[in-house]
Amino acid sequence: MAYPASYRYTKEHEWIEAGGKIGKVGITDYAQNTLGDIVFVDLPKVGTSLERGKVFGSVESVKAVSDLYSPVTGIVTEVNEELAAAPEKINSDAHGAWLLKVELADAKEVDGLLNAEDYEKFVKEETH
Amino acid sequence: MSAGPLSPAALRKTALYGVHRQLGAKMVDFGGWDMPVEYSGITAEHMAVRTAVGLFDVSHMGDIQFRGPGSLAAIQALSMNDASKLADGQAQYSAMLYPQGTFVDDVLVHKFSSNDYLLVINAGTREKDYQWIRSQVGSFAGVHISDYSDYYTQLAIQGPRAQDTLSKLTKVDLSTVKNYWFTWGTVCDLPNVLIARTGYTGEDGFEIYIPSDEPTSARVWQEVMEAGKPFGLLPCGLGARNTLRLEAAMALYGHEISEDISLLESGLERFSKLGKSDFLGSQALLAAQPPKRKLVGLEMIERGIARDGYKVLNLQGEAVGYVTSGSPSPYLKKNIALAYVPVALTAPGTEVAVEVRGNPVKAKVVPTPFYRRAKKPVEKPV
Repeated sequence: MAYPASYRYTKEHEWIEAGGKIGKVGITDYAQNTLGDIVFVDLPKVGTSLERGKVFGSVESVKAVSDLYSPVTGIVTEVNEELAAAPEKINSDAHGAWLLKVELADAKEVDGLLNAEDYEKFVKEETH
Repeated sequence: MSAGPLSPAALRKTALYGVHRQLGAKMVDFGGWDMPVEYSGITAEHMAVRTAVGLFDVSHMGDIQFRGPGSLAAIQALSMNDASKLADGQAQYSAMLYPQGTFVDDVLVHKFSSNDYLLVINAGTREKDYQWIRSQVGSFAGVHISDYSDYYTQLAIQGPRAQDTLSKLTKVDLSTVKNYWFTWGTVCDLPNVLIARTGYTGEDGFEIYIPSDEPTSARVWQEVMEAGKPFGLLPCGLGARNTLRLEAAMALYGHEISEDISLLESGLERFSKLGKSDFLGSQALLAAQPPKRKLVGLEMIERGIARDGYKVLNLQGEAVGYVTSGSPSPYLKKNIALAYVPVALTAPGTEVAVEVRGNPVKAKVVPTPFYRRAKKPVEKPV
């Protein structure tokens, strides 16, 4: 699976597409595949503060609950309302189905995250 | 994903392990067994069983054979249901209880003949059950008890097209095998295969017991897959097995029943026959006070999924019970659960809340089962 080169990734399998002050956040294809059929998404309200590494919500499949960890520190500016009624969009297009948009407190924070190549390596090691 | 307590190398495997891996199944540690949890997705597999046919490897279940004229007496002592009511070729759902009236395990009792019975037990309790049986009735006269669990590969073929599927592989007229009855016949050229109209899905279906060597098991699995293909057969894992049995409100050991749960709380009293001779647990049941808690069905009415172990709260926000099994229901498209709640809150329509990761989410008590398959308009006469 190709992980978009313009995204950055966390070891908790979130991605962030940040081009400037606003970043889009989602979960990776590896994460959706591990979870199985996603049936429920629990996301914070617009205006909520996010802190890098802290839980900000959850994604649920039929079998499991998975916490979502924020890749960056910032404020939620938009939430993807489509996913409330159609959470399965994450399964069919994990890298396109963004969960929320965040205004970054520090745009440079994303530089500390994994790039696509390192994330792919990390996933290969996890699946051994 | 959390890892089980055993390393993958220490997990037990059925004869079909290689087949599951080849099919790309996601595997999980279930009671010490390396089992497929899903192949193509829990939702698709669940719906295949409800609308077409699904195939499960349930070889991890245990099989205890009782032989000899003393078999019935031994089983009647162990089992709460009345096995003396069984005809040759008939099975019944039952449970073995501890003297205090709580559960050792639930069990399916099959009567082959008055000298020959088969008990099918849960995978996670195989050894415990066998030790219990030996310790309680092992010295009874005229009965020989054997653990045949490893001798069988057990396949469950479940769904409205299960009979059509299996009929392609046997000359037995399956329409003459009624629900909870069984027979023997040649299946996939194997003679004397036990064919039971039993299952754990709430649908019509069969369980077949074949020799557990890998080549035979793989061959029969493949033949069933091919026979069911025109009907839309999917291989199904433990994920769908759980959502299917939950919709049908069937108990799972360690959840709705356990050594800490009394028969009188579980809703399974109709499977116990206190009028028959004494059995393990009967004295405690006869002397018992009415239970303070009972098992109910819950349906979430606010947004959220109740899961195993979550607390049930009353409307004052006090923790009063807990969820034994909870999950989204793929067929009903609701979030459902089974839970123990105080007797005062068991009436259908009662509003409670489930604590979902710190937040109370409203639910209501509903009758069970959540799903009941449509009865066929004309049943074949006895």
